[in-house]
Amino acid sequence: MSHFLDRLAFFKKNVDQFSNGHGVVTNEDRSWEEGYRKRWQHDKIVRSTHGVNCTGSCSWKIYVKGGIVTWETQQTDYPRTRPDLPNHEPRGCARGASYSWYLYSGARVKYPMIRGRLLRCWRAARAEMTPVAAWASIVEDEAKRKSYTSIRGHGGFVRATWDEVNELIAAANAYTARKHGPDRVIGFSPIPAMSMVSYAAGSRYLSLLGGVCMSFYDWYCDLPPASPQTWGEQTDVPESADWYNAGFIIVWGSNVPQTRTPDAHFYTEVRYKGAKSAVVSPDYAEATKFADIWLNPKQGTDAALALAMGHVILREYHLDRQVAYFDDYARRYSDRPFLVRLAERDGRFVPERLLRASEIAGCLGESNNPDWKTVAIDEATDALVAPRGSIGYRWGESAKWNLEEKDGQGRETRLKLTLAGDGAEIAAVDFPYFGGRATEHFVATQHGEILTRNVPVRMIETADGKQVKVATVNDLLMANYGLDRGFGGENVASSYDDDAPFTPAWAERITGVKRDAIITVAREFATNAEKTNGRSMIIIGAGMNHWYHMDMGYRGVINLLVFCGAIGQSGGGWSHYVGQEKLRPQTGWTPLAFALDWARPPRHQNSTSFFYAHTDQWRYETLTAAEILSPTAPEGDWSQSFIDYNVRAERMGWLPSAPQLKQNPLDIAKRAQAAGLEPRDYVVKALQSGELELACHDPDDPANWPRNMFVWRSNLLGSSGKGHEYFLKHLLGATHGVMGKDLGAEGAVRNKEVVWRDEAPEGKLDLLVTLDFRMSTTCVYSDIVLPTATWYEKNDLNTSDMHPFIHPLSAAVDPAWEARSDWDIYKGLAKSFSEIAPEVLGVEKDVVLTPIQHDTPGEIAQAFDVADWKRGEIEPIPGRTMPAISVVTRDYPNLHARFTALGPLMTEIGNGGKGIAWKTAHEVEALGALNGVHADGAAKGLPKIETDIDASEVILMLAPETNGEVAVKAWQALAKATGRDHAHLAIPKEDEKIRFRDIQAQPRKIISSPTWSGIESEKVCYSAGYTNVHELIPWRTLTGRQQLYQDHLWMRAFGEGFVTWKPPVDLKTIPGVKGLRPNGHKEIVLNFLTPHQKWGIHSTYTDNLLMLTLNRGGPVVWISETDAKVAGLVDNDWVEVFNINGALTARVVVSQRIKPGMMLMYHAQEKIINTPGSEMTGNRGGIHNSVTRTVLKPTHMIGGYAQQSYGFNYYGTVGSNRDEFIVVRKMATIDWLEGPLPSEALKEAAE
Amino acid sequence: MANTLNYALFGWYPYLCLTVFLLGSLVRFDREQYTWKTGSSQLLRRRQLRWGSNLFHVGILAIFAGHFVGLLTPIWIFDALGVTHTFKQGLAIVVGGVAGVLCFIGVSLLAHRRLFDARIRNTSSFGDIAILLLLWLQLTLGLSTIFVSLGHMDGHEMVKFMNWAQGVLTLQPSAAAYVADVHPIFKAHLILGMTVFLVFPFTRLVHVWSAPVWYLGRPGYQVVRTRFAGRRPSAAPYHAPIPAAARALPASPRSKS
Repeated sequence: MSHFLDRLAFFKKNVDQFSNGHGVVTNEDRSWEEGYRKRWQHDKIVRSTHGVNCTGSCSWKIYVKGGIVTWETQQTDYPRTRPDLPNHEPRGCARGASYSWYLYSGARVKYPMIRGRLLRCWRAARAEMTPVAAWASIVEDEAKRKSYTSIRGHGGFVRATWDEVNELIAAANAYTARKHGPDRVIGFSPIPAMSMVSYAAGSRYLSLLGGVCMSFYDWYCDLPPASPQTWGEQTDVPESADWYNAGFIIVWGSNVPQTRTPDAHFYTEVRYKGAKSAVVSPDYAEATKFADIWLNPKQGTDAALALAMGHVILREYHLDRQVAYFDDYARRYSDRPFLVRLAERDGRFVPERLLRASEIAGCLGESNNPDWKTVAIDEATDALVAPRGSIGYRWGESAKWNLEEKDGQGRETRLKLTLAGDGAEIAAVDFPYFGGRATEHFVATQHGEILTRNVPVRMIETADGKQVKVATVNDLLMANYGLDRGFGGENVASSYDDDAPFTPAWAERITGVKRDAIITVAREFATNAEKTNGRSMIIIGAGMNHWYHMDMGYRGVINLLVFCGAIGQSGGGWSHYVGQEKLRPQTGWTPLAFALDWARPPRHQNSTSFFYAHTDQWRYETLTAAEILSPTAPEGDWSQSFIDYNVRAERMGWLPSAPQLKQNPLDIAKRAQAAGLEPRDYVVKALQSGELELACHDPDDPANWPRNMFVWRSNLLGSSGKGHEYFLKHLLGATHGVMGKDLGAEGAVRNKEVVWRDEAPEGKLDLLVTLDFRMSTTCVYSDIVLPTATWYEKNDLNTSDMHPFIHPLSAAVDPAWEARSDWDIYKGLAKSFSEIAPEVLGVEKDVVLTPIQHDTPGEIAQAFDVADWKRGEIEPIPGRTMPAISVVTRDYPNLHARFTALGPLMTEIGNGGKGIAWKTAHEVEALGALNGVHADGAAKGLPKIETDIDASEVILMLAPETNGEVAVKAWQALAKATGRDHAHLAIPKEDEKIRFRDIQAQPRKIISSPTWSGIESEKVCYSAGYTNVHELIPWRTLTGRQQLYQDHLWMRAFGEGFVTWKPPVDLKTIPGVKGLRPNGHKEIVLNFLTPHQKWGIHSTYTDNLLMLTLNRGGPVVWISETDAKVAGLVDNDWVEVFNINGALTARVVVSQRIKPGMMLMYHAQEKIINTPGSEMTGNRGGIHNSVTRTVLKPTHMIGGYAQQSYGFNYYGTVGSNRDEFIVVRKMATIDWLEGPLPSEALKEAAE
Repeated sequence: MANTLNYALFGWYPYLCLTVFLLGSLVRFDREQYTWKTGSSQLLRRRQLRWGSNLFHVGILAIFAGHFVGLLTPIWIFDALGVTHTFKQGLAIVVGGVAGVLCFIGVSLLAHRRLFDARIRNTSSFGDIAILLLLWLQLTLGLSTIFVSLGHMDGHEMVKFMNWAQGVLTLQPSAAAYVADVHPIFKAHLILGMTVFLVFPFTRLVHVWSAPVWYLGRPGYQVVRTRFAGRRPSAAPYHAPIPAAARALPASPRSKS
């Protein structure tokens, strides 16, 4: 009753004794113990996960107590594995466990926030005008527009209501669509797999509007273009459990325990099982502790190391001794037997493109797509054959697109690898060598720009009667690796100690790794593969992929795996873990996300090219094509600037373009009608006549600016935005720290295709809207910030490639304060939009341009030469020599009705993906029964998608991975193309239908589907390429095999036909700023690397107090002790890091871990946390991307060419960032900039 | 008027303070167990705490004991023991003075630390700061009384305070008259002293009630608490109750009767 009275028990307190009076038994009040019990009591546990762009995809228990999320712990109920395989648990790291902090933290965005100045303008205008007119009155008045755009990043937010901001945003979108075109409304959100419904909410809204969804995987530079080049596959990798099946693992530029924490246990476990491991890392990264042998090459020289290993493996396992397994694999699964034409040049020869059936008289009996059927020699008959599986067999005919050892007529074949042998003709073939172009920071070797090597060739007669020399890819490859095969000639090595590219001795000079170590690792890797039929694995990471010439490193590594027959074998293969994701139910998700149920095609854009153009980074380009061009480049003008290359790629239909046309695409159908033409024909004519113009030719023309931008599930400006300061300057018009001058000021304008304007625009965006649950760096630069639900406050789906399960995010509690889920936010916007649209928009015809897409019949577009219609080299044919042109009907007043219903096209056309299509009417019917159907309105009779759970059910019902019936249909559809039975992979699961409530109960293993190249089975772990090797499904490349030779004209021009060594490029960012504004401290130059970190939530959030407390509580950079001594720095000093791109401030960590010559700055440390002002720029120190700038690479722009055709996040330019150098020096004054804002104009913002 | 004021301050105010002190402590103890604590800031910063806290506590305990014995011991006991007022006054000045100085140094250190260490200042409540300043002021007043007392070493003033204190505790509000004419500094000291009792239940001072003096006489090194609080258990010290699940097990054939 009373604590006090209960204590009044002096005489009854001690009731017994024991142990001779040393112990006493009391009956005092014990109710205080309840406090300790209650500490861990809770009302409920809800399953959710962390939808950050981390591929951990760990399922978590979220604890709720008194309506408050209190803490989280790891779920431990993943479905079982096999008896000989460790469990998946535990999954989840300390970063995930710190997440609940965000829900109730000061960082939380609690209400819709808007720039005060914008709101004042809006209310004033709205008092007198309708919504769209009100918006027009603001953005058409330069002074009003500037009043809020110029103070972006300087605070000044006020609260607003949902109704008010929804109306404002909808008005802005409607105005933009009417005035400029809906393709001026841009949306950026990454990695759908982390929360697919939330992604789909925004992309569905944008797609119904006609807006543009931006890519992310290529922009993040996590896409390795080598993967599409080699396999025709974006990225497909083994699940982490498959590491346990490996016998030898090389971990290359990946920091497994730090960045793949929940998966690392499989690495540990396989080490206990006896697997050997080598770790390649320039710094003493955490992963190196797993290594039996640590190779620490100079950063950026991985390709040289891989080439030397390839040299050893080819020498010892393919030439001096042939391993039967490797030989068989090479013939069946790689392009090594295929024939390459050799072009004569100065009496010597240069490898040209792959020989095609159409070039041989009679087309080798092939009438369908003979231009796209590659040719090899049959060993038994010594005759030319067009083996099955090449891309020509994929389209236009059926049942022959497979990897059976047959040709198109069904004759058995055994392809010949080499032409060497009795009396083979030998020709001198030129290979480019770039190793002499290294800057002073790397080792340059003097071997000549052209290395001529002898290769066995054969003369054949082509259909036009010409004699052409051909060689096999295999023979050229051996020559490329500099292997002496006894054909005489120069530039080949018979000893590993020869200083010739690419021997171990040569690599030792460049990488600093001892040749013995290189030889040992190569030998052990290959020997293990020989003994285990390919169970050698390479785990590879961003450390390699973020370089400008990442393709070389990656192809060097991929070659090792192909040489050893490791791709497609469980326990072997290429484990690329760089920001990759696996949207497992992808084909179920795509219709929802891009509103394919209502209109096709959607507008997609590759972000790297977009941001390069629209943040005007191209105006500062320092790298020229000449610096990366091959000395063996075919004739032609290769001297253009990169933006020109990109523009050509856009107009030839290779890359997408946004905004697409200078003219409003909503007006074009009317113009066409006026001209009496079909829109398609009108666009072709008008583009030729100049009546219509492609927007890409003049990105700085106000007519071509992106106008509205949505950012959700992303921290674009605090994390991934390479060239951060250029974003601030040109896209946002905010205070910026760009220190370099543009090419106009430097007198170095090189572009010919793109219009140069002396005055660069500042502030292209009318409106930047960010959805987030925390005030990120991106939020502080936005005009409107919308509060979203956290990962514990919404329902969504989550998958990863690290494990085969699908599991949910679930709402443990309702969104706190005024937050709403992403689905509800966009649904609300759709509603507001539908209400105000009739002011200016009705049912409209929208003309959409799309590039030639991979995995569609159109991908076999430009077989031989590159021809540009604009230059009159070829006729403009939509979808073949220029972008495809479609007319899409937009019903703007019914946008909300469409948003919330599954549209009719799913029944009328069906569904599909990766080149396979199937009918899905039955699933639509089932969804109607499950979700209910709309009773009336524009979506009458169609299945409802009102809530995030409805949306999840749409995905789960339509996807083969979560609906066994669809899986069977999908495999049967693929079987038509391959002529082989694949349905056996899914038939046992035909009746399985996974529902949202199922995965809330327990994560579910997905069902094998032809969308992916691995299978889910009791016998093997998910392993990429498995169905290619075991089901004989071709890779989706030109030859249908793993393509080690890239024969596109541009690939050859830039010397990347075969893998070679290309040193990091010179971005020239140091002259001009070093010594410019001395502060009395020494300045030194270092290479700037930005790996993933330990104390932020994956690559994105570094404002979590719990995590900050574990490190130094603010931005840090790491340097070596040696460099610190030179620069006079001691640990924890404040330093400034800068180059012409901008400046950042941080504390310095001086560590033995770091290799001299490099600086390491963990990715995405927010500038909103403890960042003082820069002495160089006078602004607050920046983020890691303040010192970077995007640089495009022409080979990434190739399109219309089999595997090198565009796909969203599949192919395209990538945002590399590791070739960057910076100046670092100690700071003299630490200014926290807590005084008034710098300029008069900014003062009001502080009010 | 002066009389009324004197009566209110020294006749009635003591009862207000004592009532709040006792009832307040009781209510807080019963209702707010989690607030019953010293609120130590040792985790935040150790600086000045070792000297400050120890000097303060040694000093205050001596002063408390001195006041307790000195004020509340009936005069006849001193007389019986032959302790003269002069001697007692001298003793009080010397011992109280030394303890007071120690305590003053301690409380000054603590107050400085609490006010000027940003970390501690930011985590302090109003009460934490106020009670410290109150004690500092009270101590200053107490030490200043020494100079007044030196003027009447015969102890006659002291007897007034004894009479007053004992009068109040024996429920005679009229005892206020004993202190009607004492030096104002004494009056201030008395009022502030009573105020300390008044605010006592609302501050961290409540930890005084829970001074762990029990440890001194505790038998046994290991303490086992029974689950049957309030009831005397059987001779066996403690048995876990049989879980329901175990009870539900079917009886084994052997035990079948």
